[in-house]
This record gives sequence, C-alpha cells and structure tokens, in this order.
Amino acid sequence: MPATAVQRAAGEDPATGPAGAPGAAVEARELRREFGQEWVLRDVSFVLEAGHTLVVLGPNGAGKSTLLRMLATLLRPSAGELRVLGAELPRHAWQARGRIGYLGHDALLYRDLTLAESLAFHARLHGVEGAAARIGELLDAVGLTRRRDQLVRTLSAGQLQRAAVCRCVLHHPALLLLDEPGSHLDPAALETVEPLIGRRPGVTRVIVTHDFEGGLAGADRALALRAEGSVAYEGPAGGLAPGDARSIYAGRSGR
Amino acid sequence: MIAFRAILAKDLRVELRTLQSLPAMALFAVTTFVIFRFGLDRTSLEGSLAAGVLLVTVLFAALLAINRLFVAERDEGGFDAMRLAPIDLSALFAAKVVALFVYLLVLEAVALPVFAAFFLDSGAGLPPLAAVLALVNVGLAATGAVVSTVGAHSRARDLLTPLVLLPLLVPLMIAAGAAAEPLLAAGGPEYDEVWKWIGTLALYDLTFLLVGYAVYDFLLED
Repeated sequence: MPATAVQRAAGEDPATGPAGAPGAAVEARELRREFGQEWVLRDVSFVLEAGHTLVVLGPNGAGKSTLLRMLATLLRPSAGELRVLGAELPRHAWQARGRIGYLGHDALLYRDLTLAESLAFHARLHGVEGAAARIGELLDAVGLTRRRDQLVRTLSAGQLQRAAVCRCVLHHPALLLLDEPGSHLDPAALETVEPLIGRRPGVTRVIVTHDFEGGLAGADRALALRAEGSVAYEGPAGGLAPGDARSIYAGRSGR
Repeated sequence: MIAFRAILAKDLRVELRTLQSLPAMALFAVTTFVIFRFGLDRTSLEGSLAAGVLLVTVLFAALLAINRLFVAERDEGGFDAMRLAPIDLSALFAAKVVALFVYLLVLEAVALPVFAAFFLDSGAGLPPLAAVLALVNVGLAATGAVVSTVGAHSRARDLLTPLVLLPLLVPLMIAAGAAAEPLLAAGGPEYDEVWKWIGTLALYDLTFLLVGYAVYDFLLED
C-alpha cells in the first residue's frame, strides 16, 4: 500500500458517509487544521457511534492532540465538517459543552486552590448537583482523599493526573476525550482511574495513546495518523495489528 | 450567575491566599507618592497637578493588576476549563471586571489617605473624589479586562497590554482629571463643572462594559 493512501475496512467510506449518521456521537468529514502555513491535520474523516471507543494512534506531531482539542470544541477546524454529540462545530459548540469530559496535557486545575476547592469550582461551572458528595466519591476512588485540602501546586505529577481524571468525569460526561490518560501513572494508579475512564455503557470515548496493544485491545475503532497529519488507517480496531501501528510510527506505509 | 460567582470567588480567594497583586499595587502607589513628593519638592498640591499625580499613580498601579488578571487562566488552563463548561463566557468577563474593581478599591483605600497626608491641606474634597475614583475604577476594570484577555493570548502580552490599553484609557483619564481638578482646588471643592465630567465617565464605563459583553465570546475563541 502506498504511503499516501488511506487504509480502510472493506465497505466503509467515512469521507462520504458521516453527515447525519444515525447513532453517531462523533462525525468528522474531511477535517483539516492548519497553524500558520503548516497543516497539522489533513482530511481526517471518521464516524464513532455512541457508546463506542476510538483509539487514535500516531507519532509525535501527527495532530492527535489537535484532533482531540477540536472534538472538545477548544479549536476550530480550518476546513471540513465536524459534529459532536449532535452539535455542529464550531457553530453550535455550546450545545456540546458540558457533555464532554476532556483530559488533555494540562490538568486544568488552579494551582493555588486546594484539590477540593478546584474540583468544587469545576462542579459549580458544570452545575453538578450534590457536588460535595461527588467530589468525595471521586477522590476516594482515585486514592486522593487524604490530599483534598492540599494545594494543587503541591501534588506530584501522578497525583495531578489522577486529580485531572476526577475533574474530567466530575459532571458525568457523555463523551470522554482522553489524551494519553495513563501518563505519569504507575500501574496501581492506572487501576484506580480505570473504573472512571474505562468503557462504560452510554459513554463514548476517544483515546489518544502510544500504547498500541492496550489501546487497540480496548477500542472498537482505530484511527492512525501519519507524521504529516494524514490518515493512515481508519476502521475497526481489530483491523489494525500492533505491528502495523508500529510501521506507521516508523514512517513506513499505511499498514 | 452561578458561574460569575464561582469565578469571582475563585479569583478573590486566590488573591487573598497568594497576595500577588494587591501588595504590589499598594507599594507601587505609596512609593510613587514619595517620589512625587521629593521630586516636585512640594508639600502641598492642588487642582490639576494634584489630580494628575493621583490619577497617574492609580493608572499605573492598576496596570500591575491588569497584567496579572488572566495569568492563571492562561498558565493553568482556566480558559480551556471555562470553554468546556456550559456557561455564558461573559460571566468570566463580568467576574474579572468585578475582581479588578475590588482590587482598585483596596488600592485606593490605602493610597488615598497617603495621598491626602502627603499632598493635601484639607480633606474636604476626598468624599466626592472617591465617587469619581469609583467611576474611574469601573472604566479601568472594563477596559483592562478586555485588553488583558487579548494580551493573554499573545506572546508579547507584557508589551501588548499597556500599549493597547493606555491609548484606550486616554478619554477616561481626561474626564477623570477634569472631574477631579475642581474637587482638589486650593480653596476647597468646587462642583460647577464636575457633573458634566462625571457623566462623561459614566458614559465611558457603560460603553466599555457593553463592548466587553458583546465581544467577549469572540475573544476567547481560537
């Protein structure tokens, strides 16, 4: 397969099919994004059904985080069509906001607030009912109850990542956008966050990861991006072997 | 309204905890008065010179807070957090205006008595002067919040904010100076011309509050 071609599962054509797809939580068609003169994402198309998980793979600079920020309504596409949770972006972004849980590279927690204060602040922004109980439950789940009155700036990187997971799921989002959710987490910590960001009925997930095996095993769909931001593979996760993903990282062919 | 209160409470709590802006503003104001006192070699000021010394000091002290107004939003992901939430983003603008207004009130609670002690023979003009300063504060806060938001998204923010802000504040400072001058007259406060300039200040405040409210969503989009 030539390096510029897109490998898809037989019978699938997201480039023409996503608009108005029934049951779709995310629909992207010919999505592009440029920064200055440089294109970081080129013609990305996919459909993700509600309740399904999409794993996004690709080498550094392939545009994975940019894609996630577009899905989170934080970046506008330069071209193409994007629909998230039924809302056309960026025009109707307000309809999707509040139903998205975004875990990016930054924790989005104020460093001079305590952990509990910071989560309470987010709970108020999202109108979470029973916020104190919900925060207590989440902190307990990730093993940070003891740190609740500690300033966020004093938390370790792993603790901060666990706190960010709490912030991300605080408002029971229908769509989770997770950018390397396992970063800074040891295996035990990973286990504590798994129930919060793992597969759950009715929750759609888009996960950016460099863990081919784990990512593909836990996903329904896979999207692999080349270094220049084009799609190397889009289709069922089972259709992309970890070895193929490794080749894409190495800058060889689509598969 | 919930978002507005949450953001305002967060800002005031962080300022009380870290004291990043208020002590610097107060210290700057007092130091500036000392410099004016010895630089001008005068123990008493009145009229336009008194108004100028006071307003220039408040203006530059305000710049310290305006430059820091969105540091946490920029560096700690606050802008993203707000945009992910189902809130009207003008709540952020309103909260920042009120936070800045409160900072300026605290500044003036320190600076005005020092100014009076250093330069005024009589405190008769201080109560109406405080009312003028309250209107100045609204204008500084509204304009500062808009420009600081723009600056926060720029790499040259430390340069950009004052460069854009100061020209926008010229009308406010002219009106404030004209309103304050008769209140600090040598023979005691005079009110003949003051109302006209108070009206001008109120109009300026209203304009920038409305501009901020109207454009704020747009300013936060990428």
